[in-house]
Amino acid sequence: MTDYTRATPMSQPVPLGQWMMLHIIRPLGRWAFVLPLLIVNAVVIIIPSVSGILYAFTDWNGIGDANWVGLANFQKLFQDPIFFQAFTNNVIYTSLFLIIPIFMGLLGAYLLAGITHGQVIFRLIYFIPYMFSSVINTQIWRYLLHPRYGIGAELAKYGITFLDFPIFGRRDTALYGIVFVDGWHWWGFLVVLYLAAMTQVDKELYEVARLDGATRFQQFRFVTLPSIRPTLIFTMLIIFIGTTLVFDHVYILTGGGPAHASEVMATYLYTQAFQNFDVGYAASIGVMLALWVSVPLSIFYILRRRGWEI
Amino acid sequence: MLKARREQSILPNYIILTILALASLLPILTLFMNSFKTTVELGSNPLGIPQIWHFENYAEAWEVGRYGTILRNSLIITGGTIIGTLTLAGLGAYALARLKLRGADLLAFYFLVGTGVPAQLYIVPLFIMWRDLNLLNTHLGLIIIYCGLSSPFATYLLRAYLISLPEEFVEAARIDGASNWQVLRHIILPLSWPGFVTAALVVGLSSWNEFLFAVTFLNTADLKPISTGLYAFQTRYSRDWGLTNAGAVIMILPIIVLFLALQRRFIEGLTQGGLKA
Repeated sequence: MTDYTRATPMSQPVPLGQWMMLHIIRPLGRWAFVLPLLIVNAVVIIIPSVSGILYAFTDWNGIGDANWVGLANFQKLFQDPIFFQAFTNNVIYTSLFLIIPIFMGLLGAYLLAGITHGQVIFRLIYFIPYMFSSVINTQIWRYLLHPRYGIGAELAKYGITFLDFPIFGRRDTALYGIVFVDGWHWWGFLVVLYLAAMTQVDKELYEVARLDGATRFQQFRFVTLPSIRPTLIFTMLIIFIGTTLVFDHVYILTGGGPAHASEVMATYLYTQAFQNFDVGYAASIGVMLALWVSVPLSIFYILRRRGWEI
Repeated sequence: MLKARREQSILPNYIILTILALASLLPILTLFMNSFKTTVELGSNPLGIPQIWHFENYAEAWEVGRYGTILRNSLIITGGTIIGTLTLAGLGAYALARLKLRGADLLAFYFLVGTGVPAQLYIVPLFIMWRDLNLLNTHLGLIIIYCGLSSPFATYLLRAYLISLPEEFVEAARIDGASNWQVLRHIILPLSWPGFVTAALVVGLSSWNEFLFAVTFLNTADLKPISTGLYAFQTRYSRDWGLTNAGAVIMILPIIVLFLALQRRFIEGLTQGGLKA
């Protein structure tokens, strides 16, 4: 077997076959391992994404001809009260998710980090709902929040009547009900992430803080929180992206209703595309969503590249 | 006294942790118990332990929810996705980790962008493309989509595994004249199977649970997987809570069993997945 990898002295002319083997066939042979992956990814994600951006500037309805309409879809979008409602709901969704599940995740992880017996079993229990599909969570909570069967009805028997109404059927509560169901299944994931980060914290820091007379809360505030900051910021990023793109729970529980009260951008896009067949308009919503998601993503990557420890 | 103070009582930890655990477990427990009740009993006993355990709910749910069909569909889709993704990702990860690939950085960036793009940007054009390619309402069509969605993450996970393998084995095989393919087949694969199991669990779970693409790309009742099949079942039999609860339990049972058996791998894989995607 010839050793092609041995460098040929510059002074001697390189045989063409040997040169091709070294610079073309070998590298190509290596790329052949990556090629299937690249092709599938391009077909499923990259090519349709580029088409999606192009559709946003047309009035296409999915069949027939498409006309270039420039920024008309975006002009319509900025004057569309339902889109504005959906955007507002997404912002509410994101804000609530950034507060409640993170609080519960930090609480659960911090308490777990303080115990040794039973740590594994608690972590396991918190993690189970995270693995459930949206159809399961909604099945569980549609029943438990049902005005006739659920927790509300049970409490009403004892005269406590604040929960015995159709939460998903009322304009002022539908969105919050959805956030609750989604949050219930998600927060345990944060416990696992935060706990993993907290176990990396140097034990001596706590020892020093304790000797200085720090309370538990002070230890959490001044030792734990700064130490797990990278994980914390990363989870905030995932939450922002996940809640901005939220679809399943809204679609299944309310379909965006009643009267668009729980509409989010993803469900609105879905209705525009698959019920109104306004592919161009739906594509423009998709572009807005992608832009909105890319804001924190770009900030994050730029700061990381500059060497910030986030 | 001073010592006791410094040790800090951990009793409050256990109390709060137990309350949190009940908040996770009780709703699931209610689902299980209510899957054994008739509609009549649900009216009088909506949250308690069943007076009579109606196992026939499961038989009936299996029948009217068409679980024979939807479970088979889910197995085809999940199995196809696992095989497809692991093949694509295994080859890719091997090249990225072991062969000196020019432009590997560019590739990493490509996948970063590829996984960062929201589904909402491409789902409509993809739908139209699949319609034109006659891939709508086919299992193959959905499997290809799932492979495209999950292969970047699986590649990332497997690459990390392959990098950690000792170099000596590969070197030894190379000296014996093994080709790239032979090294992959006889050295890398037998050593890195734990990574493949982890990737398979994560990919399998996400395709088993997936809703958005399943509801968009498969409309025929005969082709639906368990997620959208259960959704259709819930919509049609919304008042038969006993039946739909039994249907939901059938969907989560395999997950819970697998999770309890392989929880370390599950948690490891899913937390890495969450951090990446």
